[in-house]
Amino acid sequence: MSAPVAGARAIAGDIAAGRTSAVDVCRAALDRIARVNPSLNAFNLVTAERALVRAADIDRRRAANAPLGPLAGVPLAVKDNLCVRGMRTTASSRILDTFVPPYDATVIAKLEQAGAVIVGKTNCDEFAMGSSNENSAYGPVRNPWAADRTPGGSSGGSAAAVAAACVPLALGSDTGGSIRQPAAFCGVTGLKPTYGRVSRYGLLAFASSLDQIGPITRNVEDAALALQVLAGPDPMDSTAAQEAVPDFTKALDGHARGVRIGVPRAFVSDGVDGSVLASFDAALDALRAAGATLVDIDLPHAKYAIPVYYLVCTAEASSNLARYDGVKYGYRSPDASKGLKAMYSRTRDEGFGAEVKRRIMLGTYVLSAGYYDAFYLKAQQVRTLLRQDYDRAFESVDVVVMPTSPTPPFRLGEKTDDPLQMYLADIFTVSVNLVGLPGISVPCGIVEQPRPGGVDRLPIGMQFVGRMFDEATILRVADAFERTTEWSRQEPC
Amino acid sequence: MSTPLTIADVERIAALAHLELTDEEKHVFTKQLADILAYAEQLQAIDTAGVAATAHVNAHEAEREDELRPCLSVSEALRNAPDGAPDAGLFRVPRVIG
Repeated sequence: MSAPVAGARAIAGDIAAGRTSAVDVCRAALDRIARVNPSLNAFNLVTAERALVRAADIDRRRAANAPLGPLAGVPLAVKDNLCVRGMRTTASSRILDTFVPPYDATVIAKLEQAGAVIVGKTNCDEFAMGSSNENSAYGPVRNPWAADRTPGGSSGGSAAAVAAACVPLALGSDTGGSIRQPAAFCGVTGLKPTYGRVSRYGLLAFASSLDQIGPITRNVEDAALALQVLAGPDPMDSTAAQEAVPDFTKALDGHARGVRIGVPRAFVSDGVDGSVLASFDAALDALRAAGATLVDIDLPHAKYAIPVYYLVCTAEASSNLARYDGVKYGYRSPDASKGLKAMYSRTRDEGFGAEVKRRIMLGTYVLSAGYYDAFYLKAQQVRTLLRQDYDRAFESVDVVVMPTSPTPPFRLGEKTDDPLQMYLADIFTVSVNLVGLPGISVPCGIVEQPRPGGVDRLPIGMQFVGRMFDEATILRVADAFERTTEWSRQEPC
Repeated sequence: MSTPLTIADVERIAALAHLELTDEEKHVFTKQLADILAYAEQLQAIDTAGVAATAHVNAHEAEREDELRPCLSVSEALRNAPDGAPDAGLFRVPRVIG
């Protein structure tokens, strides 16, 4: 797959300088999507006509010397759980197959205001519940590096669209790793901002104490640029923080001197694939070379993050998804003859896929009388211990580093029969959401695995985790790492 | 605590969650949910006596004045309804009372 691989900042710069036009850039993105999407299945919807109209408007503004936003003319793909006014938004669920939002998510309004041009909505796990994109009502996305492997999930379509050079910028959402893990599996950069850094107004809620929106990009600088546009308070989202927004791109000074990076050695050993560990260790050497000091740290409760996460997120999901009942929007079962309650139950059984039902069931169970204390309350208490682990670590380090996923991208179908095995793949990402911290995944290696008739080259990712609202430091370290290695410049072929 | 999950439990939860499951779904979920809950049992070994619960990590005040603000019109809000009654400004549902 050879293709133009320019980043968002470079494209916006070329358009602003008149070296190319927004319409030409938009056409190239749409051509690329038309060529690769039939095999990748990364897009649920392509909005070519609207995109070309918007791009032409950018070109007109430039011709008239009107001010252009920092992302003017940059093609943008949007995860299909984010509302765009007038643009079908399904969360890859049958229950929202016909839903057309009457309003824009705040992140959409901000990115369009900055000049980004939406080219389509990307496939994802249904309601963002999954780690492989196999829970989509519209079929799985395929990994651009190896078509029989998962792109990761739940923002698999967004990560695949960036990796396959359809767009330089895509939006994802991350409840337990859904930006970082697909970014790692597709060899691109994915940023989960601090809880509260970005407004979630217009995001179809999954687990409200964990969900966060963020960018997937080809490089760290673009992630910083996108966060600059996305961040800030919002009267429409009471969880959006008032915190001041620093200049993130200014933080990228090209080195990591003076930064203390914590390595949770005991946590990063059990059940981690050898190829991931080898890439991770080599990456630690590169970080040292970039000027960072490495410190061993302990996160004693991190190993409990999976059960805590799956008790908390399913409890919240069971409540959030109660709104899908065949009354206000979306699908209603045609068999509504047996009264209101039967209509609710039948609509939900026909409209939701298996993983969503499983999570609603689990969440309802752990919140039900007799089990609340033993499961839900216990999980919330261990969540506190996990916070204290990170608080203690950040007394002696500025950043924590871990692999993003314990394995390279696995094969489609490999874990679909065993939900628990699928959940265990989230071990390194979920604790970050439980504590609310910012995390960024960047490519840190390629592993070669034989397949019939050839060799698969599979990307490996690692993530930097920072203090609350200190995205600047993790962006700085990730950028320094990117400059000292070649991993972010590798392309699928 | 570690009483095994039964089909009857699954039926009870499904009723609470407004999900009409097929017999096959009930069987599969009984096994899968039991596996997941058994895995979650490991939390019981952690001493959490006196540990406060974390429900969310919001640090700031989120209250505002309870004032009228612009919002969707009734017709916009009804546009996605599977059985809207825009003239009456209502969502229509199956008959509740005989």
